[in-house]
Amino acid sequence: MAYFRSHVLVSVDPVCVQKGAYELIETLQDEIVKQGLVEEVQVLETSRIGDPETEGLDLMVYPEAVHYTKLTLDDVPFLVEEQFLKGRIAEQYIRETKKVVDEELSAPKTKEVRIVLKNIGEIDPLNIEDYIARDGYMALGKVLTEMTPEETIQEVLDSGLRGRGGAGFPTGLKWRFIRNAEAEQKYMICNADEGDPGAFANRRVLEGDPHSVVEGMIIGAYAAGASQGYIYCRAEYPIAVRTMKTAIEQARNFGLLGDNILGSGFSFDLEVRMGAGAFVCGEETALMASIEGLRGEPRPRPPFPAQKGLWEQPSNINNVETYSNVPQIILKGAEWFSSLGYKKSTGTKTFSMAGDVKNTGLIEVPFGITLQEIIYDVGGGIKEDKKFKAVQTGGPMGGCLPENLLDLHMDYEALAEAGSILGSGGLVVMDEDTCMVDIARFFMDFTQDESCGKCTPCRIGTRRILEILTRICEGKGKPDDIDTLRYLCDQINENSLCGLGKGAPNPVKSTLEHFLDEYEAHIYEKRCPAKVCKSLIRFEIIDGLCTGCTLCARNCPVDAISGERRQTHVIDPDICIKCGICEQLCPYDAIEIK
Amino acid sequence: MATEVKEGQDIRKLVRTLVQNHGDEKAELIPILHEINRELGYISDEAIKELSKRMNLPSSHIYSVATFYRMLSTEPRGRHVIQFCESAPCHVTGGRLVWQKLQRELGLPKGETSQDNKWTLLTTSCLGLCGVGPVMVIDNDIYGNVTPEQVPGILKNYE
Ligand SMILES: Cc1cc2nc3c(=O)[nH]c(=O)nc-3n(C[C@H](O)[C@H](O)[C@H](O)COP(=O)(O)O)c2cc1C
Ligand code: SF4
Ligand code: SF4
Ligand code: SF4
Ligand code: FES
Repeated sequence: MAYFRSHVLVSVDPVCVQKGAYELIETLQDEIVKQGLVEEVQVLETSRIGDPETEGLDLMVYPEAVHYTKLTLDDVPFLVEEQFLKGRIAEQYIRETKKVVDEELSAPKTKEVRIVLKNIGEIDPLNIEDYIARDGYMALGKVLTEMTPEETIQEVLDSGLRGRGGAGFPTGLKWRFIRNAEAEQKYMICNADEGDPGAFANRRVLEGDPHSVVEGMIIGAYAAGASQGYIYCRAEYPIAVRTMKTAIEQARNFGLLGDNILGSGFSFDLEVRMGAGAFVCGEETALMASIEGLRGEPRPRPPFPAQKGLWEQPSNINNVETYSNVPQIILKGAEWFSSLGYKKSTGTKTFSMAGDVKNTGLIEVPFGITLQEIIYDVGGGIKEDKKFKAVQTGGPMGGCLPENLLDLHMDYEALAEAGSILGSGGLVVMDEDTCMVDIARFFMDFTQDESCGKCTPCRIGTRRILEILTRICEGKGKPDDIDTLRYLCDQINENSLCGLGKGAPNPVKSTLEHFLDEYEAHIYEKRCPAKVCKSLIRFEIIDGLCTGCTLCARNCPVDAISGERRQTHVIDPDICIKCGICEQLCPYDAIEIK
Repeated sequence: MATEVKEGQDIRKLVRTLVQNHGDEKAELIPILHEINRELGYISDEAIKELSKRMNLPSSHIYSVATFYRMLSTEPRGRHVIQFCESAPCHVTGGRLVWQKLQRELGLPKGETSQDNKWTLLTTSCLGLCGVGPVMVIDNDIYGNVTPEQVPGILKNYE
């Protein structure tokens, strides 16, 4: 493989792209060619570097780890000349030093252990040789030359690896089911539909370390006896789709996919299939229907995919993260893996932190870490040092957990007991300004919208719950609404066909359990304690604080604010649509929500 | 976005080429629909009819698949399609205010296309970019950390 003396990392997150990251990359590449450095300097795309708020473009140079900021395209020729040709740091462009390199994925914190994320940001995902240089495909070689399929399954079983897509089923056991099924054709499927709002770990793995997924799938296929595989990736992830296609292509060229892999006699090939925007397609039976070219509707199980899956053949389906753990388990052994984690949940889990937490982004921690440690030690606490209110785990089928559960040790069982799920590892942190009834309504709006409509309890039930929650938020809640909600939650949970319907009540159930007082305030006092629900709040200008600067009046979209310059302004409550713009704008904090 | 109205002939040719490239197995239906949607801006009746012939599938099946998936449309869309992320992480980091501003600025409710055919305003669920929420996508451009104040400026970039 080619060894580059220097690597230049340019962030291509949306903010940087807006600022012209791709133009920067182009200019850099042109300049590198011009100065004859093509063999020595490599330009790589990465996720966020540093603080997106700084003006101008920025980039990182490795191995020196120099962070240049506030660049314009005109600075590039000089920078390239100084840094790469003359080999000295162009001091004038270093206006700040930042330890954080990539905000979506920063350098590991003390409590982190990286297995799944270990290569991300470290290798060029579009170059298989980079992966190979870091032990890539060694596990596959080991399996094909030294281990029988049954030994491979046993190793994965012994490691305790459980599915990272939600349910936490032991992966080795699933593979054994497929191995023991009698059929000509068996399929290996990777669930890359990552639809849970707030979760983006799978995307980063697909985009940043695609070969770990490919290798995991080949090993799984060898163990289970499958000859064809599919990666079902949501269409909302175009970069992931492209990266995976390139990875497959390269693996094929290296003889790692296709007929007679590495001369072992074992054959397996892979294809990427794209979703088309339906959350329910993350459910395994719906996903398979979608690959077949049908509407993505779930069907009853049994029969399970291991018996009758894709085109009625035995099929194994695992999450992206599940597969990408496999090569490391084979290389380092089951004992190493099972020594990490907590109780029946071995290894690590990635979490995507979002919402009102200071450090949003991806982390990977051993199971058993507490929510407190995740939010405060790794996440840096709540933004603007506001008060923590709740954390939502597991996506739209998960629950909201309050402060007194922050000492909960994260594993599959503990979360289930607390009325939530681990799901795909999304964590949405919410501060004191969040209305929990509004949040419950919000999730219900999502599941109601995403319900495929095949079975009645889910289709009708989620709609009824949504109606009631909307009514409560509008100040029209009735005294028996809480009982009705509880009843509906149980009915939907018990009678729905698939996991979407079964899990849909969780956000409502958990908020009813932990934040009942907020429901009561809405229903009985017609009051929204967090001051979020529009029908229950009023915007008012405080006499002594308003300087009459007119800023609010000029920006109110419906001209609800009147007043002379330098005089206290007033809001007409009959016209005000409660958009909140004035409150955000007022430089003197003179506008209050009541 | 390619949304010039294509003649029936062109549509039939497009469908034929796609079926040739992908093959006529049922599993190719969704990939083909993706491409038709991209080329025409939506999946027209004409395209469904031709596809039904070429793939030997009932029109009703194709229609039921096309209407199931959010990213496939059987209705014409505006020249520019805005997809606003309506998922919780974006919602709690200020997405609500941006969404209100966007609707007001365009004078459009969710799911509608403007009279002059310039805009279609859609919502999408999480795009996996929550670290930089609120997020919206206009055609193929992604905008992160959007504030209500930025909305008019962003919209101005589109003709
Ligand atoms: C509505 C719904 C959505 C789901 N979405 C996903 C998903 O996006 N990714 C995923 O891996 N599993 C998802 N699952 C779980 C899958 O059905 C399946 O259990 C999983 O892919 C198995 O892989 P694992 O054993 O590696 O976890 C979803 C389940 C339901 C009910
Ligand atoms: S529970 Fe909901 S999503 Fe699942 S099959 Fe029934 S209607 Fe469809
Ligand atoms: S922006 Fe604030 S200070 Fe200025 S007029 Fe409005 S309320 Fe008064
Ligand atoms: S909340 Fe909105 S509508 Fe009401 S006064 Fe303020 S800016 Fe005007
Ligand atoms: S919630 Fe908006 S991108 Fe994830």
